[in-house]
Formats: sequence, C-alpha cells, structure tokens
Amino acid sequence: MPDQSTFKRFVEVGRVVLINDGPFAGKIAVISEIVDHNRAIIDGPTSGVPRQSFPYRHLTLTPLTVTSLPRGAGTGTIKKLLEKQGTTEKWNESSWAKRREVIASRKKLNDFERFGAMLKKKQVRDLVRKEIKASA
Amino acid sequence: MGLIEYQVVGRHLPTESEPTPKLYRMRIFAPNSVVAKSRFWYFLRQLKKVKKANGEIIGLNVIHERKPLKVKNFGVWLRYDSRSGTHNMYKEFRELSRADAVKAVYQDMAARHRARFRSIQILRVAEIEKTPDIRRPYIKQLLVPKLRFPLPHRVSKVKSTFVGKRPSTF
Repeated sequence: MPDQSTFKRFVEVGRVVLINDGPFAGKIAVISEIVDHNRAIIDGPTSGVPRQSFPYRHLTLTPLTVTSLPRGAGTGTIKKLLEKQGTTEKWNESSWAKRREVIASRKKLNDFERFGAMLKKKQVRDLVRKEIKASA
Repeated sequence: MGLIEYQVVGRHLPTESEPTPKLYRMRIFAPNSVVAKSRFWYFLRQLKKVKKANGEIIGLNVIHERKPLKVKNFGVWLRYDSRSGTHNMYKEFRELSRADAVKAVYQDMAARHRARFRSIQILRVAEIEKTPDIRRPYIKQLLVPKLRFPLPHRVSKVKSTFVGKRPSTF
C-alpha cells in the first residue's frame, strides 16, 4: 500500500522548523530528536538557536528537511549537513521567507517612508487606469 | 516550577553512648532546599530512630543532570496513598533529566489518581538504557525507528474578533 497521506509536513528528524515564539522567534532550526508528542529537541547552529527542547505549539513546520540526519545528531553534525545541503539558502530564497521580510520591513517604515509608499502606489494605480482606458 | 534533585546527608547528634553516629545520605527531589531538608527528615524518621530535633544535616548539595540535552527513558517506581489504601506503581517517562521525570510523575499522579505531593514517595528513578526493557506501550510507540507524524489541525491564535477568511489549519 503506497504511502498516500493528505499531510505533507511531518514532525521527523531533520525537519526544518520556524520558531514562532520566545527569544528565538523568527529563526529556523532543525529537529534533532523527538521527545514525545509535545516536544522535540531542536538545534539551529547556523541561525543562532541553541540546542534545546521545544514544544510543537510554538513551532511551524516548513517544507524543507535535512536529509540523512541521524537521530539525536549533535550540533556539529547538523551544522555540517546544513551547510552541505544549503538549507539556509533554500529557506532564505523561499517566497515564504521573503514574504516575512517584506512584512517585517513594512512594519518598520517611518512616516516619511509610508508617504513615499503611498505615492508609489498612486503612480502604479494611475498607469493601470490609463492602460485600461486605452484598451477599452 | 521545576523540581531539583538534592543530595542530603544527615545524622543523629553525637551522644556519650554514640560519639560518631552513622551518616545517612538521601537523594531528594524537591522544589527548594528547605523542602528538601524537610523531606529528608520525613524519610529518615521512617527508617531510623532520629528526628530533626536530635539530628543534624551536615551536607546539602544540588545534583545536576549529567546530560541535560540527551533524551532519556526513565522508569520510576513509586509508592502512593490512595483514598482506600497504599499502593506501589511503576511508570515510564521520556524526559531530559531525572528531576523532569519526577516532576512529570507528580503531575501525572495528580491528574490520573488525584494524589498530592504529600501522598507520593519516589522509591527509585532509573534510566532505561535498552529499548527492549521498556514496558509501557505509550513510550514504546515513541521509540520506533524513523518515527514521524504530522501535526493535524493547527489552531492559531486570531488577534481580531472578525476576520475576512476562515483560518487554515495546516
């Protein structure tokens, strides 16, 4: 019986996770070992997340995995495999991570920058309106 | 509020008939050193003819976990008083340290048997090294090789009372 599951992202050794809460919020880490149905040991040597036990409640599973990671792998092994498979770059290039950056930068705008953004939006709107009028 | 494992060493006060009494050492799980000393006297009174009034504690140290980042399977033997009698029990936990496992014991006993801290005596906490020695199925299921499972039905906290779309649960 082939493994047909409606689920695509699994909690497993090697799964890359995004931390939602706490001092390391917004960083990615790798599941090194599953403790039980609530917690896992995560480790993010390339993103500055120390090795620790973390509950799934405050994690989001990503579609990325670090393949052939042995269960309970240490920080050094994880770092080596992360660098070899280029997982951090894959994450940074993903549209999910880029979207997060855009939203974060949008929150950081000061009033002048928001004014500039409004002007830009008006320019785009104007061009679109002119195009629609020309083709109508 | 975690429990800490203490090593408490105490003895009877020296008397003329017994100028160098025997030392007794116990490993006590307690939230702080005050409770640790109190539990030490509680247990020692049950075993030897000595109480806090005619004894002294000569050493109290914290026992730190050797490998706090290694996931271990603990078997815990305990004795507890239920409403109609006292029973022995053996439970298994998958935790990172002995103190965490004992904390889990107390939580579990409170939930399943309404047993309070005062009614429970931890007899023995041992790390189970070999997987075939695990007795409980709820721990065995976590030790299958290449364990993986999805997180179905994710419920995320919504900040506003009204939203435009129904939430996605994955």
